[in-house]
Amino acid sequence: MANYMLLIFGDAQQWAAMTPEQAQAHDAAHEAFRAAAGSQIAGGGALEPAPVATTLRSDGGDGIITTDGPFLETKEAVGGYYLLEASDLDEVMKLASLLPEVRASHSAVEIRPVVDHE
Amino acid sequence: MVAAVAQAHRRDWAQVLATTVQLTRDLDLAEECAQDAYEQALRTWPETGIPERPGAWLITTARNRARDVLRRQSTFHRAIPLLVTEEALPGPEDTLLHDDRLRLIFTCCHPALSREAQIALTLRLVCGLSTAEVARVFLVRESTMAARITRAKKKISAARIPYRVPSPDQLSERVSVVLKVVHLIFTTGHTAPAGPQLARRDLIDSAISLARMLNLLMPGNAEISALLALLLLIDARAPSRLSPAGDLLLLSEQDRTRWDRQLIEEGTSLLTGALHRQAPTRYAVEAAIAAVHTEAPAWEETDWSQIIALYDVLRQLWPTPVVGLNRAVAIGLRDGPAAGLEALAPLLADPALATYGYLSAARADFLRQCRQWQDAADAYEEALALTSNDVERAFLTRRLIEARANLPG
Repeated sequence: MANYMLLIFGDAQQWAAMTPEQAQAHDAAHEAFRAAAGSQIAGGGALEPAPVATTLRSDGGDGIITTDGPFLETKEAVGGYYLLEASDLDEVMKLASLLPEVRASHSAVEIRPVVDHE
Repeated sequence: MVAAVAQAHRRDWAQVLATTVQLTRDLDLAEECAQDAYEQALRTWPETGIPERPGAWLITTARNRARDVLRRQSTFHRAIPLLVTEEALPGPEDTLLHDDRLRLIFTCCHPALSREAQIALTLRLVCGLSTAEVARVFLVRESTMAARITRAKKKISAARIPYRVPSPDQLSERVSVVLKVVHLIFTTGHTAPAGPQLARRDLIDSAISLARMLNLLMPGNAEISALLALLLLIDARAPSRLSPAGDLLLLSEQDRTRWDRQLIEEGTSLLTGALHRQAPTRYAVEAAIAAVHTEAPAWEETDWSQIIALYDVLRQLWPTPVVGLNRAVAIGLRDGPAAGLEALAPLLADPALATYGYLSAARADFLRQCRQWQDAADAYEEALALTSNDVERAFLTRRLIEARANLPG
Protein backbone atom coordinates (compact mmCIF):
# COMPACT_ATOMS: atom_id res chain seq x y z
CA MET A 1 0.00 0.00 0.00
CA ALA A 2 1.10 3.54 -0.67
CA ASN A 3 -0.21 7.01 -0.04
CA TYR A 4 -1.24 9.39 -2.78
CA MET A 5 -2.10 13.06 -2.51
CA LEU A 6 -4.88 14.16 -4.83
CA LEU A 7 -4.49 17.89 -5.40
CA ILE A 8 -7.63 19.46 -6.78
CA PHE A 9 -6.78 22.47 -8.94
CA GLY A 10 -9.26 24.91 -10.40
CA ASP A 11 -10.51 28.45 -10.83
CA ALA A 12 -12.02 29.55 -7.49
CA GLN A 13 -14.25 32.11 -9.22
CA GLN A 14 -15.87 29.40 -11.29
CA TRP A 15 -16.36 27.20 -8.26
CA ALA A 16 -18.00 30.15 -6.49
CA ALA A 17 -20.24 30.82 -9.50
CA MET A 18 -21.87 27.38 -9.51
CA THR A 19 -25.68 27.36 -9.53
CA PRO A 20 -27.36 25.56 -6.61
CA GLU A 21 -28.09 22.63 -8.95
CA GLN A 22 -24.46 22.47 -10.08
CA ALA A 23 -23.24 22.68 -6.51
CA GLN A 24 -25.57 19.89 -5.53
CA ALA A 25 -24.32 17.63 -8.35
CA HIS A 26 -20.75 18.57 -7.42
CA ASP A 27 -21.28 17.56 -3.79
CA ALA A 28 -23.02 14.35 -4.84
CA ALA A 29 -20.00 13.38 -6.95
CA HIS A 30 -17.68 13.96 -3.98
CA GLU A 31 -20.03 11.85 -1.89
CA ALA A 32 -19.80 9.07 -4.49
CA PHE A 33 -16.00 9.33 -4.46
CA ARG A 34 -15.90 9.10 -0.66
CA ALA A 35 -18.28 6.14 -0.72
CA ALA A 36 -16.14 4.32 -3.29
CA ALA A 37 -12.84 5.08 -1.54
CA GLY A 38 -14.22 4.31 1.91
CA SER A 39 -11.55 3.71 4.52
CA GLN A 40 -8.81 4.32 1.95
CA ILE A 41 -9.31 8.05 2.53
CA ALA A 42 -6.72 9.15 5.09
CA GLY A 43 -7.63 12.83 4.97
CA GLY A 44 -9.02 15.57 2.81
CA GLY A 45 -10.90 18.81 2.65
CA ALA A 46 -11.75 21.95 0.74
CA LEU A 47 -9.40 24.90 1.11
CA GLU A 48 -10.31 28.56 1.49
CA PRO A 49 -9.53 30.40 -1.76
CA ALA A 50 -5.96 31.48 -2.57
CA PRO A 51 -6.39 35.19 -1.59
CA VAL A 52 -6.96 34.00 1.99
CA ALA A 53 -3.56 32.31 1.97
CA THR A 54 -0.60 33.54 3.98
CA THR A 55 2.86 32.74 2.69
CA LEU A 56 6.08 32.72 4.68
CA ARG A 57 9.43 32.79 2.93
CA SER A 58 13.04 33.72 3.44
CA ASP A 59 14.11 37.33 3.04
CA GLY A 60 17.40 36.06 1.62
CA GLY A 61 19.15 36.40 4.97
CA ASP A 62 18.16 35.19 8.43
CA GLY A 63 14.72 36.72 8.43
CA ILE A 64 11.32 35.59 7.29
CA ILE A 65 8.97 37.60 5.12
CA THR A 66 5.26 37.14 5.58
CA THR A 67 3.12 37.89 2.55
CA ASP A 68 -0.60 38.04 1.99
CA GLY A 69 -1.57 35.57 -0.75
CA PRO A 70 -0.49 32.23 -2.22
CA PHE A 71 3.05 31.04 -3.10
CA LEU A 72 2.19 31.19 -6.81
CA GLU A 73 -0.23 33.78 -8.17
CA THR A 74 -2.14 31.77 -10.75
CA LYS A 75 -5.72 31.76 -11.94
CA GLU A 76 -6.02 28.05 -11.11
CA ALA A 77 -4.94 27.14 -7.59
CA VAL A 78 -5.30 24.24 -5.20
CA GLY A 79 -8.88 24.28 -3.93
CA GLY A 80 -8.93 21.00 -2.06
CA TYR A 81 -7.22 17.69 -1.52
CA TYR A 82 -7.61 14.09 -0.55
CA LEU A 83 -4.98 11.87 0.99
CA LEU A 84 -5.65 8.38 -0.29
CA GLU A 85 -4.23 4.98 0.52
CA ALA A 86 -4.11 2.65 -2.48
CA SER A 87 -2.21 -0.34 -3.83
CA ASP A 88 -1.24 1.22 -7.16
CA LEU A 89 -1.77 4.09 -9.60
CA ASP A 90 -4.51 2.30 -11.55
CA GLU A 91 -6.63 2.12 -8.41
CA VAL A 92 -6.09 5.83 -7.69
CA MET A 93 -6.88 6.84 -11.28
CA LYS A 94 -10.09 4.84 -11.20
CA LEU A 95 -11.22 6.51 -7.95
CA ALA A 96 -10.06 9.99 -8.96
CA SER A 97 -12.07 9.78 -12.17
CA LEU A 98 -15.20 9.93 -9.97
CA LEU A 99 -14.31 13.46 -8.82
CA PRO A 100 -16.35 16.21 -10.50
CA GLU A 101 -13.23 18.35 -11.03
CA VAL A 102 -11.94 15.99 -13.74
CA ARG A 103 -15.06 16.75 -15.82
CA ALA A 104 -15.22 20.55 -15.50
CA SER A 105 -13.24 22.56 -18.05
CA HIS A 106 -11.45 24.85 -15.56
CA SER A 107 -10.23 22.24 -13.09
CA ALA A 108 -8.13 19.09 -12.82
CA VAL A 109 -6.89 16.59 -10.28
CA GLU A 110 -3.15 16.05 -9.89
CA ILE A 111 -2.10 12.70 -8.41
CA ARG A 112 1.17 12.79 -6.45
CA PRO A 113 2.61 9.76 -4.71
CA VAL A 114 3.69 10.51 -1.14
CA VAL A 115 7.33 9.48 -0.61
CA ASP A 116 7.50 6.33 1.44
CA HIS A 117 10.35 6.57 3.98
CA GLU A 118 9.86 3.06 5.31
CA MET B 1 26.41 -18.51 -33.85
CA VAL B 2 26.09 -14.75 -33.59
CA ALA B 3 23.15 -15.11 -35.95
CA ALA B 4 21.51 -17.66 -33.65
CA VAL B 5 21.82 -15.29 -30.69
CA ALA B 6 20.54 -12.40 -32.81
CA GLN B 7 17.56 -14.49 -33.83
CA ALA B 8 16.88 -15.45 -30.23
CA HIS B 9 17.09 -11.76 -29.38
CA ARG B 10 14.47 -10.82 -31.93
CA ARG B 11 12.18 -13.69 -31.06
CA ASP B 12 12.56 -14.07 -27.31
CA TRP B 13 13.80 -10.77 -25.84
CA ALA B 14 10.37 -9.62 -24.63
CA GLN B 15 9.67 -12.95 -23.00
CA VAL B 16 13.09 -13.18 -21.34
CA LEU B 17 12.81 -9.67 -19.93
CA ALA B 18 9.14 -9.90 -18.96
CA THR B 19 9.62 -13.17 -17.10
CA THR B 20 12.65 -11.80 -15.29
CA VAL B 21 10.76 -8.64 -14.24
CA GLN B 22 8.18 -10.84 -12.56
CA LEU B 23 11.01 -12.13 -10.37
CA THR B 24 13.01 -8.95 -9.75
CA ARG B 25 10.10 -6.47 -9.63
CA ASP B 26 12.68 -3.97 -10.87
CA LEU B 27 12.90 -3.07 -14.58
CA ASP B 28 16.57 -2.02 -14.49
CA LEU B 29 17.75 -5.14 -12.74
CA ALA B 30 15.68 -7.37 -15.02
CA GLU B 31 17.11 -5.61 -18.07
CA GLU B 32 20.65 -6.13 -16.81
CA CYS B 33 20.04 -9.81 -16.15
CA ALA B 34 18.39 -10.35 -19.55
CA GLN B 35 21.34 -8.64 -21.24
CA ASP B 36 23.76 -10.79 -19.25
CA ALA B 37 21.94 -13.90 -20.42
CA TYR B 38 22.39 -12.90 -24.06
CA GLU B 39 26.06 -12.09 -23.48
CA GLN B 40 26.50 -15.47 -21.86
CA ALA B 41 24.84 -17.08 -24.88
CA LEU B 42 27.36 -15.38 -27.16
CA ARG B 43 30.19 -16.76 -25.02
CA THR B 44 28.99 -20.30 -24.38
CA TRP B 45 26.87 -21.36 -27.36
CA PRO B 46 29.91 -21.61 -29.68
CA GLU B 47 31.26 -24.32 -27.36
CA THR B 48 28.12 -26.03 -26.12
CA GLY B 49 26.06 -25.65 -29.29
CA ILE B 50 22.69 -23.92 -29.57
CA PRO B 51 20.35 -25.20 -26.86
CA GLU B 52 17.32 -27.13 -28.01
CA ARG B 53 15.03 -24.38 -26.68
CA PRO B 54 17.09 -21.17 -26.84
CA GLY B 55 14.31 -19.07 -25.30
CA ALA B 56 13.94 -21.32 -22.28
CA TRP B 57 17.75 -21.40 -21.85
CA LEU B 58 17.87 -17.59 -21.90
CA ILE B 59 15.00 -17.25 -19.43
CA THR B 60 16.57 -19.70 -17.00
CA THR B 61 19.95 -17.99 -17.28
CA ALA B 62 18.48 -14.51 -16.77
CA ARG B 63 16.38 -15.62 -13.80
CA ASN B 64 19.30 -17.45 -12.18
CA ARG B 65 21.38 -14.33 -12.52
CA ALA B 66 18.56 -12.28 -10.99
CA ARG B 67 18.30 -14.68 -8.04
CA ASP B 68 22.06 -14.31 -7.42
CA VAL B 69 21.84 -10.53 -7.45
CA LEU B 70 18.73 -10.45 -5.27
CA ARG B 71 20.37 -12.76 -2.70
CA ARG B 72 23.35 -10.44 -2.46
CA GLN B 73 21.18 -7.32 -2.51
CA SER B 74 18.81 -8.37 0.24
CA THR B 75 21.03 -7.00 2.99
CA PHE B 76 21.19 -3.55 1.43
CA HIS B 77 18.55 -0.90 1.64
CA ARG B 78 16.78 -0.68 -1.71
CA ALA B 79 16.94 2.70 -3.39
CA ILE B 80 13.72 2.39 -5.38
CA PRO B 81 10.35 0.87 -4.56
CA LEU B 82 9.57 -2.53 -6.06
CA LEU B 83 7.13 -2.81 -8.93
CA VAL B 84 3.58 -3.61 -7.95
CA THR B 85 2.87 -7.10 -9.27
CA GLU B 86 0.24 -9.74 -8.83
CA GLU B 87 0.95 -12.79 -6.74
CA ALA B 88 2.40 -15.54 -8.92
CA LEU B 89 -0.47 -17.39 -10.51
CA PRO B 90 -0.58 -21.13 -10.46
CA GLY B 91 -0.64 -22.70 -13.91
CA PRO B 92 1.49 -24.08 -16.69
CA GLU B 93 4.74 -22.20 -17.21
CA ASP B 94 4.05 -21.06 -20.77
CA THR B 95 0.68 -19.48 -19.88
CA LEU B 96 2.57 -17.39 -17.38
CA LEU B 97 5.09 -16.36 -20.02
CA HIS B 98 2.36 -15.04 -22.24
CA ASP B 99 0.89 -13.03 -19.41
CA ASP B 100 4.29 -11.62 -18.57
CA ARG B 101 4.81 -10.19 -22.04
CA LEU B 102 1.40 -8.54 -21.92
CA ARG B 103 2.16 -7.15 -18.47
CA LEU B 104 5.34 -5.61 -19.85
CA ILE B 105 3.53 -4.03 -22.82
CA PHE B 106 0.72 -2.59 -20.71
CA THR B 107 3.22 -1.19 -18.21
CA CYS B 108 5.27 0.48 -20.96
CA CYS B 109 2.11 1.93 -22.54
CA HIS B 110 0.48 3.12 -19.30
CA PRO B 111 -1.57 6.30 -19.91
CA ALA B 112 0.20 8.06 -17.00
CA LEU B 113 3.38 8.08 -19.14
CA SER B 114 3.86 10.58 -21.96
CA ARG B 115 3.38 9.24 -25.48
CA GLU B 116 7.09 9.64 -26.13
CA ALA B 117 7.97 7.69 -22.99
CA GLN B 118 5.49 4.97 -23.97
CA ILE B 119 7.11 4.60 -27.40
CA ALA B 120 10.67 4.74 -26.04
CA LEU B 121 9.98 2.16 -23.31
CA THR B 122 8.16 -0.15 -25.70
CA LEU B 123 11.00 -0.05 -28.22
CA ARG B 124 13.66 -0.48 -25.55
CA LEU B 125 12.01 -3.02 -23.24
CA VAL B 126 9.55 -4.96 -25.41
CA CYS B 127 11.30 -4.82 -28.79
CA GLY B 128 14.82 -4.89 -27.36
CA LEU B 129 16.17 -1.93 -29.37
CA SER B 130 19.30 -0.36 -27.91
CA THR B 131 19.10 3.08 -26.33
CA ALA B 132 21.12 4.42 -29.29
CA GLU B 133 18.55 3.02 -31.73
CA VAL B 134 15.66 4.51 -29.77
CA ALA B 135 17.49 7.85 -29.69
CA ARG B 136 17.68 7.74 -33.51
CA VAL B 137 13.90 7.38 -33.70
CA PHE B 138 13.41 10.62 -31.79
CA LEU B 139 16.39 12.37 -33.40
CA VAL B 140 17.99 13.05 -30.02
CA ARG B 141 21.37 12.18 -28.53
CA GLU B 142 21.83 8.81 -26.88
CA SER B 143 22.50 10.41 -23.48
CA THR B 144 19.27 12.43 -23.75
CA MET B 145 17.29 9.31 -24.55
CA ALA B 146 18.98 7.35 -21.74
CA ALA B 147 17.93 10.07 -19.29
CA ARG B 148 14.34 10.04 -20.59
CA ILE B 149 14.09 6.26 -20.30
CA THR B 150 15.48 6.39 -16.77
CA ARG B 151 12.94 9.06 -15.82
CA ALA B 152 10.08 7.00 -17.24
CA LYS B 153 11.22 3.89 -15.35
CA LYS B 154 11.48 5.95 -12.19
CA LYS B 155 7.92 7.12 -12.59
CA ILE B 156 6.70 3.55 -13.06
CA SER B 157 8.25 2.58 -9.78
CA ALA B 158 7.62 5.75 -7.72
CA ALA B 159 4.01 6.26 -8.84
CA ARG B 160 3.41 2.51 -8.57
CA ILE B 161 2.25 1.94 -12.12
CA PRO B 162 1.32 -1.73 -11.76
CA TYR B 163 3.09 -4.49 -13.69
CA ARG B 164 -0.07 -6.23 -14.73
CA VAL B 165 -2.71 -6.67 -17.40
CA PRO B 166 -5.45 -4.06 -16.69
CA SER B 167 -8.76 -5.09 -15.16
CA PRO B 168 -11.61 -5.87 -17.60
CA ASP B 169 -13.28 -2.47 -17.07
CA GLN B 170 -10.05 -0.66 -18.01
CA LEU B 171 -8.88 -3.08 -20.68
CA SER B 172 -10.39 -1.68 -23.86
CA GLU B 173 -9.22 1.87 -23.11
CA ARG B 174 -5.74 0.59 -22.29
CA VAL B 175 -5.55 -1.62 -25.39
CA SER B 176 -6.28 1.43 -27.51
CA VAL B 177 -3.27 3.23 -25.99
CA VAL B 178 -1.07 0.22 -26.80
CA LEU B 179 -2.38 0.14 -30.36
CA LYS B 180 -1.69 3.86 -30.81
CA VAL B 181 1.91 3.26 -29.74
CA VAL B 182 2.30 0.30 -32.13
CA HIS B 183 0.75 2.32 -34.96
CA LEU B 184 3.06 5.28 -34.30
CA ILE B 185 6.12 3.02 -34.30
CA PHE B 186 4.96 1.67 -37.66
CA THR B 187 4.29 5.06 -39.27
CA THR B 188 7.63 6.40 -38.03
CA GLY B 189 9.28 3.41 -39.71
CA HIS B 190 7.20 3.59 -42.87
CA THR B 191 8.44 7.08 -43.66
CA ALA B 192 11.41 7.98 -41.52
CA PRO B 193 11.14 11.58 -40.25
CA ALA B 194 14.72 12.24 -41.38
CA GLY B 195 17.75 10.60 -42.89
CA PRO B 196 18.88 8.92 -46.08
CA GLN B 197 16.42 6.00 -46.02
CA LEU B 198 12.77 6.30 -47.03
CA ALA B 199 11.80 3.69 -44.43
CA ARG B 200 13.25 2.33 -41.21
CA ARG B 201 12.92 -1.44 -41.55
CA ASP B 202 13.76 -2.10 -37.88
CA LEU B 203 10.81 0.01 -36.72
CA ILE B 204 8.39 -1.53 -39.24
CA ASP B 205 9.47 -5.00 -38.11
CA SER B 206 9.19 -4.02 -34.44
CA ALA B 207 5.66 -2.69 -34.95
CA ILE B 208 4.52 -5.74 -36.89
CA SER B 209 5.97 -8.18 -34.38
CA LEU B 210 4.32 -6.23 -31.54
CA ALA B 211 0.97 -6.41 -33.34
CA ARG B 212 1.49 -10.12 -34.00
CA MET B 213 2.35 -10.71 -30.35
CA LEU B 214 -0.78 -8.86 -29.19
CA ASN B 215 -2.94 -10.70 -31.70
CA LEU B 216 -1.58 -13.99 -30.43
CA LEU B 217 -1.98 -13.15 -26.75
CA MET B 218 -5.43 -11.51 -27.01
CA PRO B 219 -6.93 -13.52 -29.87
CA GLY B 220 -10.54 -12.35 -29.45
CA ASN B 221 -9.76 -8.66 -29.83
CA ALA B 222 -11.05 -7.36 -33.17
CA GLU B 223 -9.29 -4.00 -32.86
CA ILE B 224 -5.91 -5.72 -32.55
CA SER B 225 -6.62 -7.92 -35.59
CA ALA B 226 -7.66 -4.84 -37.54
CA LEU B 227 -4.44 -3.00 -36.70
CA LEU B 228 -2.32 -6.02 -37.65
CA ALA B 229 -4.28 -6.25 -40.92
CA LEU B 230 -3.61 -2.56 -41.60
CA LEU B 231 0.12 -2.88 -40.99
CA LEU B 232 0.43 -6.00 -43.17
CA LEU B 233 -1.60 -4.53 -46.04
CA ILE B 234 0.56 -1.41 -46.09
CA ASP B 235 3.82 -3.28 -45.64
CA ALA B 236 2.87 -5.60 -48.54
CA ARG B 237 3.58 -2.66 -50.86
CA ALA B 238 7.04 -2.02 -49.43
CA PRO B 239 8.97 -3.85 -52.22
CA SER B 240 7.68 -1.44 -54.89
CA ARG B 241 8.06 1.92 -53.12
CA LEU B 242 11.47 2.67 -54.63
CA SER B 243 12.73 2.42 -58.20
CA PRO B 244 15.88 0.34 -58.85
CA ALA B 245 17.76 3.66 -58.75
CA GLY B 246 16.35 4.38 -55.27
CA ASP B 247 13.84 7.03 -56.31
CA LEU B 248 10.46 7.35 -54.60
CA LEU B 249 7.63 5.86 -56.65
CA LEU B 250 4.05 7.03 -56.14
CA LEU B 251 1.29 4.45 -55.81
CA SER B 252 0.36 5.20 -59.43
CA GLU B 253 3.86 4.31 -60.64
CA GLN B 254 4.46 1.17 -58.58
CA ASP B 255 4.93 -2.29 -60.06
CA ARG B 256 2.06 -4.13 -58.41
CA THR B 257 3.43 -7.55 -59.29
CA ARG B 258 6.07 -6.92 -56.64
CA TRP B 259 3.53 -6.51 -53.86
CA ASP B 260 3.72 -9.28 -51.27
CA ARG B 261 0.71 -11.50 -52.02
CA GLN B 262 1.18 -13.55 -48.86
CA LEU B 263 0.97 -10.47 -46.63
CA ILE B 264 -2.05 -9.23 -48.59
CA GLU B 265 -3.84 -12.53 -48.10
CA GLU B 266 -3.03 -12.63 -44.42
CA GLY B 267 -4.08 -8.99 -43.93
CA THR B 268 -7.32 -9.43 -45.84
CA SER B 269 -8.30 -12.50 -43.88
CA LEU B 270 -7.50 -10.79 -40.55
CA LEU B 271 -9.61 -7.83 -41.60
CA THR B 272 -12.51 -10.02 -42.66
CA GLY B 273 -12.34 -11.77 -39.29
CA ALA B 274 -12.29 -8.46 -37.41
CA LEU B 275 -15.27 -7.12 -39.34
CA HIS B 276 -17.24 -10.27 -38.54
CA ARG B 277 -16.61 -9.81 -34.84
CA GLN B 278 -17.55 -6.16 -34.37
CA ALA B 279 -18.67 -2.98 -36.10
CA PRO B 280 -15.85 -1.28 -38.02
CA THR B 281 -13.40 0.69 -35.90
CA ARG B 282 -10.75 3.20 -36.91
CA TYR B 283 -8.07 0.65 -37.81
CA ALA B 284 -10.53 -1.65 -39.57
CA VAL B 285 -11.64 1.16 -41.88
CA GLU B 286 -8.04 2.18 -42.56
CA ALA B 287 -7.23 -1.46 -43.32
CA ALA B 288 -10.25 -1.63 -45.63
CA ILE B 289 -8.91 1.40 -47.54
CA ALA B 290 -5.52 -0.30 -47.86
CA ALA B 291 -7.31 -3.45 -49.06
CA VAL B 292 -9.10 -1.54 -51.82
CA HIS B 293 -5.67 -0.52 -53.16
CA THR B 294 -4.29 -4.05 -53.00
CA GLU B 295 -7.39 -5.39 -54.77
CA ALA B 296 -6.96 -3.08 -57.78
CA PRO B 297 -4.93 -4.88 -60.46
CA ALA B 298 -3.78 -1.50 -61.81
CA TRP B 299 -3.79 2.13 -60.61
CA GLU B 300 -6.39 3.02 -63.25
CA GLU B 301 -8.73 0.39 -61.85
CA THR B 302 -8.69 1.77 -58.28
CA ASP B 303 -12.24 2.07 -56.91
CA TRP B 304 -11.99 5.69 -55.76
CA SER B 305 -15.69 5.96 -54.94
CA GLN B 306 -15.35 3.12 -52.49
CA ILE B 307 -12.25 4.73 -50.98
CA ILE B 308 -14.07 8.06 -50.58
CA ALA B 309 -17.02 6.26 -48.96
CA LEU B 310 -14.62 4.57 -46.54
CA TYR B 311 -13.01 7.92 -45.70
CA ASP B 312 -16.52 9.23 -44.94
CA VAL B 313 -16.97 6.38 -42.46
CA LEU B 314 -13.50 6.99 -41.03
CA ARG B 315 -14.27 10.67 -40.58
CA GLN B 316 -17.20 9.73 -38.34
CA LEU B 317 -15.10 7.33 -36.26
CA TRP B 318 -11.94 9.38 -36.09
CA PRO B 319 -12.52 13.00 -37.12
CA THR B 320 -9.02 14.37 -37.70
CA PRO B 321 -7.75 16.86 -40.30
CA VAL B 322 -5.44 14.20 -41.79
CA VAL B 323 -8.45 12.02 -42.63
CA GLY B 324 -10.03 15.06 -44.29
CA LEU B 325 -6.84 15.56 -46.31
CA ASN B 326 -6.75 11.96 -47.51
CA ARG B 327 -10.41 12.13 -48.47
CA ALA B 328 -9.82 15.32 -50.45
CA VAL B 329 -6.94 13.67 -52.30
CA ALA B 330 -9.15 10.68 -53.16
CA ILE B 331 -11.76 13.08 -54.57
CA GLY B 332 -9.09 14.66 -56.77
CA LEU B 333 -7.95 11.25 -57.97
CA ARG B 334 -11.51 10.31 -58.91
CA ASP B 335 -12.82 13.62 -60.27
CA GLY B 336 -9.65 15.27 -61.55
CA PRO B 337 -7.05 17.74 -60.22
CA ALA B 338 -9.36 20.79 -60.23
CA ALA B 339 -11.85 18.95 -58.02
CA GLY B 340 -8.95 17.90 -55.82
CA LEU B 341 -7.81 21.49 -55.35
CA GLU B 342 -11.36 22.50 -54.49
CA ALA B 343 -11.60 19.70 -51.91
CA LEU B 344 -8.25 20.69 -50.39
CA ALA B 345 -9.09 24.42 -50.18
CA PRO B 346 -10.98 24.34 -46.85
CA LEU B 347 -8.10 22.46 -45.23
CA LEU B 348 -5.51 25.16 -45.96
CA ALA B 349 -6.69 27.27 -43.03
CA ASP B 350 -6.59 24.38 -40.54
CA PRO B 351 -3.86 25.15 -38.00
CA ALA B 352 -3.44 21.41 -37.30
CA LEU B 353 -2.21 20.97 -40.88
CA ALA B 354 -0.09 24.13 -41.03
CA THR B 355 3.17 22.18 -40.84
CA TYR B 356 1.91 18.97 -42.41
CA GLY B 357 4.05 18.45 -45.51
CA TYR B 358 1.67 16.05 -47.25
CA LEU B 359 -0.94 18.79 -47.61
CA SER B 360 1.57 20.95 -49.50
CA ALA B 361 2.74 17.96 -51.55
CA ALA B 362 -0.82 16.93 -52.47
CA ARG B 363 -1.71 20.47 -53.45
CA ALA B 364 1.51 20.80 -55.44
CA ASP B 365 0.69 17.68 -57.41
CA PHE B 366 -2.84 18.81 -58.31
CA LEU B 367 -1.49 22.26 -59.30
CA ARG B 368 1.15 20.59 -61.48
CA GLN B 369 -1.55 18.57 -63.24
CA CYS B 370 -3.54 21.79 -63.75
CA ARG B 371 -0.36 23.33 -65.21
CA GLN B 372 -0.46 26.18 -62.65
CA TRP B 373 3.33 26.13 -62.56
CA GLN B 374 4.05 29.09 -60.28
CA ASP B 375 1.65 27.93 -57.56
CA ALA B 376 2.91 24.37 -58.00
CA ALA B 377 6.52 25.48 -57.53
CA ASP B 378 5.59 27.41 -54.38
CA ALA B 379 3.75 24.40 -52.98
CA TYR B 380 6.67 22.05 -53.74
CA GLU B 381 9.01 24.46 -51.95
CA GLU B 382 6.67 24.47 -48.97
CA ALA B 383 6.56 20.65 -48.94
CA LEU B 384 10.38 20.52 -49.16
CA ALA B 385 10.71 22.75 -46.14
CA LEU B 386 8.55 20.34 -44.14
CA THR B 387 10.38 17.03 -44.62
CA SER B 388 13.89 15.94 -43.70
CA ASN B 389 13.60 12.53 -45.36
CA ASP B 390 16.21 12.52 -48.14
CA VAL B 391 14.25 10.24 -50.49
CA GLU B 392 11.13 12.40 -50.21
CA ARG B 393 13.25 15.51 -50.65
CA ALA B 394 14.80 14.12 -53.83
CA PHE B 395 11.34 13.41 -55.24
CA LEU B 396 10.01 16.86 -54.35
CA THR B 397 13.15 18.52 -55.74
CA ARG B 398 12.69 16.77 -59.12
CA ARG B 399 9.10 17.97 -59.25
CA LEU B 400 10.10 21.50 -58.23
CA ILE B 401 12.69 21.65 -61.03
CA GLU B 402 10.06 20.43 -63.51
CA ALA B 403 7.58 23.11 -62.36
CA ARG B 404 10.20 25.87 -62.57
CA ALA B 405 11.24 24.73 -66.07
CA ASN B 406 7.69 25.32 -67.22
CA LEU B 407 7.49 28.87 -65.88
CA PRO B 408 7.24 31.50 -68.61
CA GLY B 409 10.36 33.57 -69.22
